Amino acid sequence: MVELRLYLAQRISAAIMAPLVLVHLGLMIYAIQGGLSAEEILARTRGSLLWGSFYGLFVLAVATHAAIGLRNILSEWLQLRGPLLSLICWLFGLGLWALGWRAVAAVVGTQ
Amino acid sequence: MQNSAPIRVKVWRGDAAGGAFAAFDVPQQPAQTVLDVVTWIQRHAEASLSYRFACRVGMCGSCAMMVNGVPRWTCRTHVNKVMQDNRLTIEPLRNLPIIKDLVCDMSQFFEKWKRAEGHFSGQGSRDQAVAAISPSEPARRAANAAIECINCAICYAACDVVAWNPDYLGPAALNRAWSLQNDSRDRRHDARLQAVSSDGGCLSCHSQQGCATYCPNELNPTASIAGLKKMATGSFIGKKYRQRHG
Repeated sequence: MVELRLYLAQRISAAIMAPLVLVHLGLMIYAIQGGLSAEEILARTRGSLLWGSFYGLFVLAVATHAAIGLRNILSEWLQLRGPLLSLICWLFGLGLWALGWRAVAAVVGTQ
Repeated sequence: MQNSAPIRVKVWRGDAAGGAFAAFDVPQQPAQTVLDVVTWIQRHAEASLSYRFACRVGMCGSCAMMVNGVPRWTCRTHVNKVMQDNRLTIEPLRNLPIIKDLVCDMSQFFEKWKRAEGHFSGQGSRDQAVAAISPSEPARRAANAAIECINCAICYAACDVVAWNPDYLGPAALNRAWSLQNDSRDRRHDARLQAVSSDGGCLSCHSQQGCATYCPNELNPTASIAGLKKMATGSFIGKKYRQRHG
C-alpha cells in the first residue's frame, strides 16, 4: 500500500498547490501594480498568521510533491530501488521543506 | 498490376545476443500489407527469416512488429499507408526479449496478465441460470469498452513506462483487469485490485496514451488504467473510513 499512499500524497499535494499558485501569482501582480516596495510588503506579511499558514502549506505541498516526483524519476530512469531510493527522496523532501520554511520565516517572522 | 519501383525493406535479423538489419527489394503489389512483404521475403529471398502470424485478418494478435519505428499489426497495415520514400524498416516488437529475427518472447507479457489476476473467477455452476446483465448497465458498458483486446502486445511495445520499469504490468494486463473488475459475476475483485495497485501496477502509468494511440482495435487502455486508479483510491479511502467509523 506504500505505492497507493505515495500516489495519493502526490495528487493531494498537487490539488493543494494549484489554488495556492494562482493566489500567489495574483498577489504578485497586485503588489506590483500598486507599486508596493519590499518594505511595504514585509510590513503586511510580518507577524501574519494568514500568510504564514498560506506559504507554510505551500512549502509543505511542494516538498511532498517534488520528493515523490523525484522518486518516480530516479526509479524509472536510473532503476534505483529500495532503501537508497527512499533515503535520497526523504533527504530531498526535507531539504526543500527546510529551505522553504527558511524563506517563509524571513517573510512572516518578526525581527 | 505491379508498380515499377520496388520497396526498399530493411528487416532486423538476429537473436537475443544481437543482430543487424538486412536489406531486401520487394516488388510492390496492389493492397499489399506489411505481412505480405515479410512473407514475400521469406518465400523468395531469405527462407530462414523467422516471423509469427496466424489468422491474417486482425483477430489472433500474433503478427505485431515495429514498422518504421511504430508498433503495428502487420496483417492489417497496408504498405502504401506506412511506407516512407518507398522504404520500410521492420523490427521485432519493442520491450520484449527477442527469440529470433522478428519473433519475440511473449512470456513476460502473459506472466503479467497472471500477476494482474487477468483470469475470470466466477462462483456459479452449470446448474445456475445464466447471469442476467443488462447491456446498458454502467459496469457492463465499462467492460465492453475494454473487452476486444487481441493480446497483440502493441500497447506493451508502445509504452514508455514498460521500457523504464520492467516490473510494470503494462496496458494490456491492466486493461484486462479493468474489464474483469467490471464483471459482476467475478469474485476476485478485492484480490485483483490489490494486485493491480501494488508496485508496478496501475499507479505507475503516466497517462501518456501511447497504448491508446497505437491500439489497432482502438481500445483505450489509458482510460481503463485511470478507472483502476480511481477504483483503488476509492477502495483505500473507503477502507480507512470504515476502520475509523466501524
